[in-house]
Parts: sequence; structure tokens; C-alpha cells
Amino acid sequence: MAGGQERILRRRIKSVQATKKITKAMELIAASRIVKAMGRINDARPYFVSMSSVIEQFASSAGLPKSKYLGDPKVGARGLLVVTSDRGLCGSFNSAPLRFVERKLLSAKGAGEQYRILCVGKKGINFFGYRNIDLDLALLGVSERPTYEHARTVAKAVLDLFDSGAVTSVDIVTTRFYSAGSQKMEVIPLLPIDPATLVASGGGDSSLSFEVEPAPEEIIDPLMALFIEEKIFAYLLEASASEYAYKQRAMKSATENAEELVKKYTRIMNRARQDAITTEIMEIVGGAEALRSSDSEALDVD
Amino acid sequence: MAPSFQVHLLTPERPLYEGQGTSVSLRSGEGDIAFLANHAPFIGTVDICVVKIERDGEPTLYAAVHGGFVSVARNEVRVLADVAELANEIDLERAKAALAKAEAAGSHTNDSVLEASLRRAHVRISVSSTLAHSTYVA
Repeated sequence: MAGGQERILRRRIKSVQATKKITKAMELIAASRIVKAMGRINDARPYFVSMSSVIEQFASSAGLPKSKYLGDPKVGARGLLVVTSDRGLCGSFNSAPLRFVERKLLSAKGAGEQYRILCVGKKGINFFGYRNIDLDLALLGVSERPTYEHARTVAKAVLDLFDSGAVTSVDIVTTRFYSAGSQKMEVIPLLPIDPATLVASGGGDSSLSFEVEPAPEEIIDPLMALFIEEKIFAYLLEASASEYAYKQRAMKSATENAEELVKKYTRIMNRARQDAITTEIMEIVGGAEALRSSDSEALDVD
Repeated sequence: MAPSFQVHLLTPERPLYEGQGTSVSLRSGEGDIAFLANHAPFIGTVDICVVKIERDGEPTLYAAVHGGFVSVARNEVRVLADVAELANEIDLERAKAALAKAEAAGSHTNDSVLEASLRRAHVRISVSSTLAHSTYVA
């Protein structure tokens, strides 16, 4: 019956509208969280800038002493640190880095290269778990609000792996946050540190001769380790902000799709109702017609 | 009036203090050290200690710093702390509880982690009580 179809459509519209309300709310929440996450990035910036300039001053005045963390990557197993989120509904935020790593692992199999994977975020951990890929680090609960403690844990795992000689280089696969409108998945080398990048900006002043206490050879390793820690922290913060940006976009398009659906269903529903009414009128008219003709027939007989 | 210079007290999560100071004293890897204006360029480690920042015409700042680096160049002192708290941010009760816990556990072991937590608690408590003292005087 046509009336039945109308009822079904009415119910569906209601459910789409309810979903739309949820996605709209999630969009707004994500938008407000981007602002907060951006604030955290800004708060962390002075430290990072200062640290970079300290290292630069150090490098340009004393010359960098030898460190296990400095130099060109040697041949050997490589480490990949993958940053994903704990929750879904954020578009390609997780799928892009995970697909990248999967492709990398596939091609490595052919080339006989070895990879060790470190993973942050539930989505990535599940992804690798499902594929039976062993993880050297599986850290949850970071993406919502990364703290320095998280960065320290991640950095420790990365440095331990590097120190033990299990890997000779570590790259990070993460999403960089450039602005609220622009984020990009990138692969950035973490270890070993290329000494050229430390003095790249040329802001160091070789005329200053620093007193270094304790000796430069003693200070360099902890300083480099701290630098890595700080870098990881910066990337985690950016990834968190990016996640919200992706989420906002995903929820925005979901809201728009819901609107589209409501429009479409309403149109179909209206047509169905119209059809039902038309049919009813036709039936009534037909019925009346039939009655009248049968009446007149009866009269004729009379 | 002592000449002042730019002081940055920074933690990875946020800057704690950025402003002028006339003297910064702290404990570096080699011992206690104080920086005045025009100090020679210096880079060193910072121990778990109380960092004292004296300011011109303003109350002296105390912060509990739990390790990091310090650099001095061109009349700017930067303290890059792993973890740091200003005196008014410290939860004295919590620090005291941590101290009691560390002392109880530390009586028969000498573990460096434990020693560090003991020192952190001591530093927090001393910073916090310095604040109580100084506000009382003021």
C-alpha cells in the first residue's frame, strides 16, 4: 500500500535528521578542539625555538662533538614511527599513513629490507595487529591530548631501539599541521640527525665562545636525546590538531550529506503521498461513478 | 639598581616565565651557579633544583625545576626545563605525600629513580614554603 511507503520514508527522514544532529555536534566539538590544540602548539613553540637556538649556538661555537645520534644513516633495519588516532570518523587521517606503511612493508619484502614498526594510536595498533605485524611500541590515549609524558615514552622507545642497534635509522610517519585548512601526511627522518639541519638557519654566532659544563662530549648525547623528545612532542601535538581538522571536515561533509538525504527523502515521500491521494481520489471518483451508473441502471429497471 | 636581562623559563608544554630578571641562580651539573647581566656565553645541564629569578622592583620568582639545560648568550638566559613548576602551582600536600612515600621506600634501597623522586619532592616543598614565607613578609 502507498501509505505504508510514506510511513517508512517518514521514519527514515527522522533517523537521518537525528544522525545529522550528531554529526553537526561532532563537527562543532572538533572545531573547538582544533582551537585548543593550536593553542597547545603555540605554547610549546618557545621551548622548541629556544632549544633549536641553543643547539645551534652550541654547534657553531664548539663544533659538534661526536655523538651516536649524529651522522648519516647506515645500512640496516629501519624503524618507522607511525602516528594515528584512537578514534575513527576522521576521514583519511589514519588510512593515509597506514596505507603508506603497508606499501612500504610490501616493497621491503621484495627488496629484502627490514622494518621495525612503532605505533601511536589505537587505529594503527589494530591495523597492524590484524595483519600480525609485531610492534615495538603500542601507545594508546595520546591523540586526544598529547602530553610531554607521552612524548617521553615514545622517544624512549625510539632511542632504545636505536641504541640497541636494532635499527640504524628511524623515520616518523605523521600528519603535519600547517593551518586549520591545510594538513599533510609526511614522512620525516628522526634519527640519525643530520648535523647540517641543526645549523641550517645560520642564526648561530661563531664569535661567541661558549663555556660548556660539563664537557661538550658529555652533554651532546643527552642534548640530542632531548631534541628528539621535543621533536616527537611537536609532531604529536601537530598530529592531534590535524586529527581534529580532519574530523571537522569529515563531520561537515556528513552533515551536508544528511541534509541532502533529507531533501531527497522528503521529495520521494511527498510524491508517494501525492500518489496515494491521487489513487484515493480516483477510487472515490470511480466508486461514485460506478454507484451512479448502477443507480441509473436500477432506475431504468424500475 | 642591578642591570637586568631577558630571562626565559620554558617547559616543553608551555613557557613559565618570559621577562626581565637581574639574577638567575640554579644548580648546574657541576654545582651552584648564578647568572648576572653580561654573563659569558654558557651552556650547561640543570639538576633537580630550585631556580631563583630575582627581578627589579618585583617579587623574586621561585620555580621547582626537575632537570634540563641552561644556556646564556647575548644577555639572555634560557632555562629549558624538562618539568618545572612555579611556586604557586605546587600542590604542597601532594609533594609531602610523595616525600613520605619516597622516604618510606628509600630506607633500604638506593635506587637512582627513588633518589630523584626524593629530590623532586624536597625541591617542590622548599619552593612552596619559600613562597609562603615571602608572601608573609610582603
